[in-house]
Amino acid sequence: MNPPRMTAFKSLAVAMLKGFFRDKMAVFFAVIFPLMFLALFGGLLGDSGGSKIDVEQVGKVSVLDDAPKEVRAYLKESLDIHRTTDEKAAIRKVRKGDADAMITQRGDTLVVRFSQADQVKAATVQGTFQGIVQSANIAVTGQQPKFVLEADQVEDDSLSTIQFFTPGLMGWAIASGATFGAATNLVVWRKNGLLRRLRLAPVPTWAVVLARIAVSVAIAAVQAAIFIGVGVALFGLQLTGSWPMIVPLLTAGTLSFMAIGLLAGAVAKSEEAAVGIANFVVLPMAFLSGSFFPLDGAPGWVTAVSEILPLKHLNEGMLDTMVRGEGPSSALLPILILLGFAVVVSAVASRVFRWDD
Amino acid sequence: MGAEITAEGLVMTYGDVRAVDGVSFTVASGEFFGLLGPNGAGKTTTLEMVEGLRKPQAGSVRIDGHVPSRREPELQRRMGVQLQASSFFERLTAREQLDTFGALYGVPAGRTDEMLEQVGLVDKADDRTEDLSGGQKQRLSIACALIHDPDVVFLDEPTAALDPQARRNLWDVLRSINDSGRTVILTTHYMDEAEALCDRVAIMDAGKILELDTPAALVRGLDAPVRISVAPGTLDAEAARTIAGSDDVADEESGLTITTRDPARILTELAHRDALDGLSVKGASLEDVFLDLTGREYRA
Repeated sequence: MNPPRMTAFKSLAVAMLKGFFRDKMAVFFAVIFPLMFLALFGGLLGDSGGSKIDVEQVGKVSVLDDAPKEVRAYLKESLDIHRTTDEKAAIRKVRKGDADAMITQRGDTLVVRFSQADQVKAATVQGTFQGIVQSANIAVTGQQPKFVLEADQVEDDSLSTIQFFTPGLMGWAIASGATFGAATNLVVWRKNGLLRRLRLAPVPTWAVVLARIAVSVAIAAVQAAIFIGVGVALFGLQLTGSWPMIVPLLTAGTLSFMAIGLLAGAVAKSEEAAVGIANFVVLPMAFLSGSFFPLDGAPGWVTAVSEILPLKHLNEGMLDTMVRGEGPSSALLPILILLGFAVVVSAVASRVFRWDD
Repeated sequence: MGAEITAEGLVMTYGDVRAVDGVSFTVASGEFFGLLGPNGAGKTTTLEMVEGLRKPQAGSVRIDGHVPSRREPELQRRMGVQLQASSFFERLTAREQLDTFGALYGVPAGRTDEMLEQVGLVDKADDRTEDLSGGQKQRLSIACALIHDPDVVFLDEPTAALDPQARRNLWDVLRSINDSGRTVILTTHYMDEAEALCDRVAIMDAGKILELDTPAALVRGLDAPVRISVAPGTLDAEAARTIAGSDDVADEESGLTITTRDPARILTELAHRDALDGLSVKGASLEDVFLDLTGREYRA
């Protein structure tokens, strides 16, 4: 590139970037909105595996109160104990589901009342206090326990949730950003005459297109950095070895989504229409590509439809490299599919493209 | 500075409509040339063919020998184009717009301040274009067209949608554009604008040029009468009719109007009778020329 073209490319890209980051709505929908979903899914679903048992304790319960410090610390992780003196009120609470169990001690008997409404909770409550009573009994004999139980689940429930949702939601965020950005940019510039104005400037068309691509990829990179940063820092996301492959994956994905956006922008008569078309494409695509929930149990036709959606392949590629621990080569096929999609849809878009209305 | 423009037999049809139907003209280097006509006359389409935005279906355009529709960078660097007041990058300040357009032409950054000064937007430099008034946007739009000091400037209805005050303010800016010898082509549907700014005017209607000359020559060629009005009660209509040289007398509430082809004689007589209260003298304007050419009232 000779120097003036380079400056033209750079100044166009800077103008577009400023235009994006000064558009509070665009930034909100590209970054904040998907992050809200990440927080929602990460927070809600992540907690479900290890939520505590709410216990109403009436009076003194020696197996709990006199337990050694280490045991009490351990119990604290699984029990949320609330002390009270009114047994009837405590039982009412359990019945209404405001508490999971009521405990009290009568002589040497530990009384546990629970609700059978939540069967899983009921079993947990019984098991937990059974264990507490058993250990207390052994402790009274003064003997070391002979048998030891070592239990460890094969996967961490909360971890697998965030591991799954970060790539999916990130894919959705990037798809929205690139599609909407390209669609509205094209319509606004066509309608306000800027496209014609640029056509009359000594700037090759490819410099304008390249500037838009560079801006979209840069925005996608910012989105990915924020997503991964928040996922790792707040929700315990763990990246696997070949995660840097998301760079070419995201670039190829951005190109496909831009192509969709350009097609929407070329077809649409107004900015509102462009946004409508983009929404109509992106949201169903996100659902069908497994951005919000896994498609493992989906019927065959859904899986078949999802195969033609670029987001599906981007999500798959990101899952493989970011969290499933697959090697870098697992990203190659998705990248090729995404690039192919971008080429085909761009070709269609360029056929319906108009410089002016 | 400046460039010569030749348009030869330009034709553009949209479906059955001949939007431009055999338009020819030449613009001399350094000339301020106007395309005047009502909406739908074909001015903008003609301008777009001259700029190179549209390839004429028949006929040809040359700007100093170059064909504009080939979009040669050497020619485009010499062309300044003002399309519409809203042809800006979204959410950039006035200064950033000028910097960006300047960069497209490889212009040093210092030009931005110069241009802000020239169009009187120095104190609006850091305002976003969305916050500028209609007149300020037009000024900025013109500044963006001039940022690379072009030899030829195209202005497509630069004062459309402005109030009369803002319109006249903009004329000063527009006049200064060709002070330095630039060639300017302007489209407008305002008669007074064409009269005030243009060296020569092509009057267009229904895709054709009806007449092409200097505004003064167009009006002269009309041999139109002059209308002399005085305030009501200054002179009674009967007396006015007796004045030699008065072709027609209209006595209305707003005053008495004498139509004449010999204004000097009438004015002398009015002065003699001390009947000059609220005097106004209206010569023919391009509006009359349009009426004469098309037989229709001019409506923008």
